[in-house]
Amino acid sequence: MLVFGGIALVAAGMLFGDVFAVFVLHQNGGQTGQALLGAAKAVAAQDSSAVNAAFAQMGNLLEDRGTKVDAHVHMIDAGYLALLLALIQPYVAFSAPRKKLLAKLFLTGGLLLPVGIFLIHYVGLAYAPFPVIGWASVLADSAGALLIVVLLVESWGFRNYLRDRSAGPVEPEPPKDRTWERRALLSGGTVLILMGFIFGAWYAGANLYEHEHREIVILKDLLYQPAGAGGLADSLNAYGSLQAEKAVQIAAHSHIIEFGLLAILLSFVQPYVFLTERWKRIWVKVLLAGSVILPVFVLLELKLGLLAGGVADVGGLMVVVALVGMLVGVVRHTGSLDAEARGAR
Amino acid sequence: MSRSRKLLILGGTVLAVLGMLYGLYYAVFVEHQTLDRMGGSLAGAFNHAAERRWDDSQTALTAYRGTKYDYIRQVDLHSHWIDLAMLLIVLGVVFDEVAFAERARFAIALAMLTGSIVFPLGVILQTAHMVPQMAQLGGSALAIAGSALVIAALAATAVGFMREGAS
Repeated sequence: MLVFGGIALVAAGMLFGDVFAVFVLHQNGGQTGQALLGAAKAVAAQDSSAVNAAFAQMGNLLEDRGTKVDAHVHMIDAGYLALLLALIQPYVAFSAPRKKLLAKLFLTGGLLLPVGIFLIHYVGLAYAPFPVIGWASVLADSAGALLIVVLLVESWGFRNYLRDRSAGPVEPEPPKDRTWERRALLSGGTVLILMGFIFGAWYAGANLYEHEHREIVILKDLLYQPAGAGGLADSLNAYGSLQAEKAVQIAAHSHIIEFGLLAILLSFVQPYVFLTERWKRIWVKVLLAGSVILPVFVLLELKLGLLAGGVADVGGLMVVVALVGMLVGVVRHTGSLDAEARGAR
Repeated sequence: MSRSRKLLILGGTVLAVLGMLYGLYYAVFVEHQTLDRMGGSLAGAFNHAAERRWDDSQTALTAYRGTKYDYIRQVDLHSHWIDLAMLLIVLGVVFDEVAFAERARFAIALAMLTGSIVFPLGVILQTAHMVPQMAQLGGSALAIAGSALVIAALAATAVGFMREGAS
């Protein structure tokens, strides 16, 4: 249940991210830039009410974007955690029905958390129980709390297992065969994570503070409008470029690490993917290729523009397709187990 | 189960719970207020500029800069702790396949866990404005040292996976 639910959550979260990147992200960025331009023009016209209106629009756009990014990230992370929990189940000393209940609760929380986050923008503060926290936030926070409780209980089960070492695993461990798929996913995933860490360290050292400083300089230009050559238009372009620069670098860093982690996790579930060796290898190659293509072409977006963006989206889609392919294998595996059990009866 | 695996799985689980508890606390008690303050100070900077109150506008812009600086690092603490925790647990499951002696594996696991705790902690220390400047600089040093530890440990793990003779 956790393996199936985990892969399904990751695939759904990635599909949502792809749809968001294609249909919402760029349009939202353009509208935010226009709202900022409106605010700067209102400053020049000494019109405070127009400034307020522009900022209300910007706040709305940023919330729209932020909640969708958060829904995407949290759904994928919940999927990862579900896969992780699946892996440690042999070392969690609880009865099978209790484990099943915990799995159901975890997947419920993992689904409701991103749904709640997604709804924050649309539900807003309608009939809100608190001054700044609406019902959608309450749903998201409650789902998050449910995940924490399940994790704590699972930790307790793990502690019970450690206290009684002589008993051994409470259920069979997954087979640790050194197949080509397993080795490719394990070493490929570790290398992807390492690349992501090194890129992140470079970003923090070389760009983070510079970006923060540049943002304030541009905002000052917009506010106090020096007699520069391009005036507002130049400042707005500079602001847009800075936001794009930040977005692609952070996205490349986070995506390559997430894909590395996903590859390692999927190396463990390969014994449960009931497909021929040929198809298993195809999905592994598609997944690893997509995991490299997406972050690399996200980074290249600044140089190659929309073409690179399109290739990056294709990379994301390759990962989703590979995940769905493996998911089909997991479904076939559970089906074969059911058939075996029926045959034995 | 080997000591290195236990360290990674248990340490990762505790770190994940810590990261989530921090995220829950932050979402309920801090985030909305911080976002309001951040948006409010930026809007205030523009409003004051429209009214030609330049000093007030500058003050509001400085407040925006400070709030955003804190916000980015506070959110980073949450996400990095949970992501690193997941990595620890994942590697914990498969750590016996790192082809080094158990003693070396334990050292790598310890370095990874220490780095995973220290790196985000250093990031959040950079936002502790009530402590002296030196402590904030110490935060930066901790963040750098922590991330270097994680990178070194991960590189060693990658080498271990590629080596022959994994158990």
